[in-house]
Amino acid sequence: MGDFPILSLMLLVPLAAALACLFLDAKAARSLALAATLVDFVLGVILWMNYDIGGAQWQFTERVDLFSGFSYALGIDGIALLLIALSVFLMPICIGASWNSIEKRVGEYMAAFLLMETLMIGVFAAQDLFLFYIFFEAGLIPMYLIIGIWGGADRIYASYKFFLYTLLGSVLMLIAMLWMANEVGTTDIPTLMAYDFDPKAQTWLWLAFFASFAVKMPMWPVHTWLPDAHVQAPTAGSVILAGVLLKMGGYGFIRFSLPMFPEASADFAPLVWGLSMAAVVVTSLIALVQHDMKKLIAYSSVAHMGVVTIGLFAFNVQGLEGTMLIMLSHGLVAGALFLAVGVIYDRLHTREIDRYGGLSINMPKYALFFMLFTMASIGLPGTSGFVGEFLSLGGIYQVSSWVALVCTTGIILGAAYMLYLYRRVAFGAQKNADAAAMPDLDTREMLMMVPLTLAVLWMGIYPESFIAPMRADIAALDARLARAKPEGDAEVTMGKEKPAHEDAAHEGAH
Amino acid sequence: MDWSQSLRLIAPEETLSIAGLILLLVAAWGGDKSARLISILAVAALAAAAFLVAPALCGGLMGPDAEAFGGQMRADAFASYAKLLIYISAAASLVVAPAFFDRFKAMRAEYPVLVLFAALGMGIMVSAGDLMSLYIGLEMNSLAAYVLAAFLRTDGRSAEAGLKYFVLGALASGILLFGMSLTYGFTGTTSYEGIRAALDGGLSHGALFGIVFMLAGLAFKVSAVPFHMWTPDVYEGAPTPVTTFFATAPKVAALGLMMRVTLEAFGAQASAWQQIVTFAALASIVVGALGAIGQSNIKRLMAYSSINNVGFILIGLAVATQAGAAAMLFYLAIYVAMSLGGFVAILMLKTSDGEPVEAITDLAGLSRTRPALALALAMIMFSLAGIPPLFGFWGKFVVFQAAVQADMMVLAAIGIAASVIGAFYYLKIVKIMYFDEPADVVKGESDVWHKVILVACCLFISPLGYLLTGWLGSLVKTAASVLFVAV
Repeated sequence: MGDFPILSLMLLVPLAAALACLFLDAKAARSLALAATLVDFVLGVILWMNYDIGGAQWQFTERVDLFSGFSYALGIDGIALLLIALSVFLMPICIGASWNSIEKRVGEYMAAFLLMETLMIGVFAAQDLFLFYIFFEAGLIPMYLIIGIWGGADRIYASYKFFLYTLLGSVLMLIAMLWMANEVGTTDIPTLMAYDFDPKAQTWLWLAFFASFAVKMPMWPVHTWLPDAHVQAPTAGSVILAGVLLKMGGYGFIRFSLPMFPEASADFAPLVWGLSMAAVVVTSLIALVQHDMKKLIAYSSVAHMGVVTIGLFAFNVQGLEGTMLIMLSHGLVAGALFLAVGVIYDRLHTREIDRYGGLSINMPKYALFFMLFTMASIGLPGTSGFVGEFLSLGGIYQVSSWVALVCTTGIILGAAYMLYLYRRVAFGAQKNADAAAMPDLDTREMLMMVPLTLAVLWMGIYPESFIAPMRADIAALDARLARAKPEGDAEVTMGKEKPAHEDAAHEGAH
Repeated sequence: MDWSQSLRLIAPEETLSIAGLILLLVAAWGGDKSARLISILAVAALAAAAFLVAPALCGGLMGPDAEAFGGQMRADAFASYAKLLIYISAAASLVVAPAFFDRFKAMRAEYPVLVLFAALGMGIMVSAGDLMSLYIGLEMNSLAAYVLAAFLRTDGRSAEAGLKYFVLGALASGILLFGMSLTYGFTGTTSYEGIRAALDGGLSHGALFGIVFMLAGLAFKVSAVPFHMWTPDVYEGAPTPVTTFFATAPKVAALGLMMRVTLEAFGAQASAWQQIVTFAALASIVVGALGAIGQSNIKRLMAYSSINNVGFILIGLAVATQAGAAAMLFYLAIYVAMSLGGFVAILMLKTSDGEPVEAITDLAGLSRTRPALALALAMIMFSLAGIPPLFGFWGKFVVFQAAVQADMMVLAAIGIAASVIGAFYYLKIVKIMYFDEPADVVKGESDVWHKVILVACCLFISPLGYLLTGWLGSLVKTAASVLFVAV
């Protein structure tokens, strides 16, 4: 690839298309948006193919001194690569999901989505503290418009709540960033990641960053904006919100909080564990009693994010790798589930679970895909959900068996609410005539479901493809955290090698 | 005293006063028919004055070379920067005026002349090096401004605005004058340098009272809380082009003046006024944000927004460092662009028969009836709220950076947290324009000059503005360094 600025190109393609979409009619805007997101997807594939696993930590770096105070610096490591890949993968699907369901102001809608894509890639690719902040914050504007203009009945309240909640979290982070830049004298993220801040200062900095990322994540008890935003947003908005925007919180922890403030992270780990445990148990129970499908999945997202934060603050390789895999898997699965809800919402215009029933009779293909994603959300082995949750919980078990115990109940509860949802929607009698008359998936919907299915199965069966690019980066992070690692209570030791004759005896018993 | 050098240094003021006097004669003989011609000539005079001040800014002129009339006036880089902003704002409020006043048959020949004299007064305010020249500049600006506020003399609201502005402005001038007399009494001099030297040893109670009263008078002029009450009424009542003018040029002048007085004259006793400014800054941010929430008139809302923004600018003053002063100047440039854009957009809100639209509810669904105008207004609102990637963010960024560098973390944290309150009402405007069903009130055609200015402002506050950070950053650094030469 040489010095070809592929990351800038990936930012530029959707941005240019977004501007063009403002001036186009509905049909042309749809096609252009799809074309632009597909081009970006292809660029993402090229990016991955050319990513040198085991090579330099930061690849595809670009740096231009365009501004004073901060610089236009891009570059990715394995972690950012995977999240960028997730974003460009989900984007064409989002455009596809809004193909027919968005009828008014299509040009502006597509422009908002394409702008969103630019900003998401920018967040993951930024190598400058303030460039990151600008991308991170700017995402509020298109999302506010998407929820507010094309959302459901209560969209105004949800859009305000989303905007103000996340803004309040972020501005405190800005002050912390200003302090850090002043202290270290640079805004370069890789330099900051290697800088040792005074542990006393770390406490405050960590809290300021936590205020932002905890809201973005979202962690219990500051998660309340999420169900509102999800329920009111249009389908594609929910997909991108669950799929990528929530990952910005986890990415923030893994890129900033942990490597920059290891001591403070260790000090606050019990707090994070406590909140995560509460999130896993409480929000799972709340999900169990929901009547609204989107709300149910939104609460399940909060519960899954609880497992993400547990893995993050396990301070070991398993936990961190598990975290990354859950984030990727959740991006695919939650996105797919919102898509599945969107499919039937487009037909019946209600998200009330009671209004459906027996869909496996008249929509067998739909029921199959829905089943697969339900299982992936529960974490059935063979699907993407299993790998991440297993690694995450394995990671935390080394540190605190009690936390592991409480969080594992999340899997049981997850199975409960997801299977209960599936039973009510897909099985049973066809009690509603209008639901029974709904047609099965059409080609467009199949085209959205099949890639997601393949990705979910791929990640579940051969996760190595996804772990390989980030292995070195996770190991580096683990080494950085080693000095502050909390003492584990489980004292896990390697098992002794079994004597050979026992094996033979075992064989003989069969 | 070298007269020729002094006269050369105040060339921009000479240009403006001679042009103003000549145009006054033209107005007297030509009558209102010549209003348009006078406007064009006034803009040309402002452009010429801007051309004259530019070299001092680029060359970073400071120290004795910039002193005219024995330090009464200082044509240094700081004054030049502020004057450039003032001239640009004044010229813009001249350009946008005819389209508005023509409808009321009120485009009278005095308007450009008054704006010219106000600009002259403001130029003197920011370049004053002595309490006497300060007061002359201030009153010259204020008297012109009182008349401008009441310019639509048949309109009750306009007359009321003029009267309110005059009564309260006169009171503030009195308070300022009282502070100045105390300062003079306890330091024995009216020159900034002399005051600084006299206060170097310590601060007497009398001088402290002088500082307090002067700051109170100045806080009125910049409409900082708790002296902000006149702002919404005057902004609402005054004709919109005049409001455009009030929201931009006098803010620059009064803040420039405030920086000169506090950092130069009282610079040695920063701790005495820092807490006053800190209070005014935080109170302005909070009151400006809370007050705006309940407003139903967009001009009143913009008035509260300007109070809010002045609060942020004052944070740069509260830190009392060179970085803080530079940040204020940077913020001022962005603020001028945002206010100018905002009020020009308001000027473009007209019904089909040209009646101005001021009720916020009439903006409903503007994004569907007038998408370009709605987009511009939305950009300005997000920019005022300080949401990246719009340039308004950078103004807040530099101000808070200065606060953090000066180790005033608490001030920075409270200030930025309060900015979230402000975001609420900016969002409300966007919500009304984008989310609500169209009210379809705004239908009038816009003047081409309005469009030009709006596009220019929007380009400046768009992310493209960040490309200017290097150039503008070095300019404000030079300008701010002037105030700290004596330190």
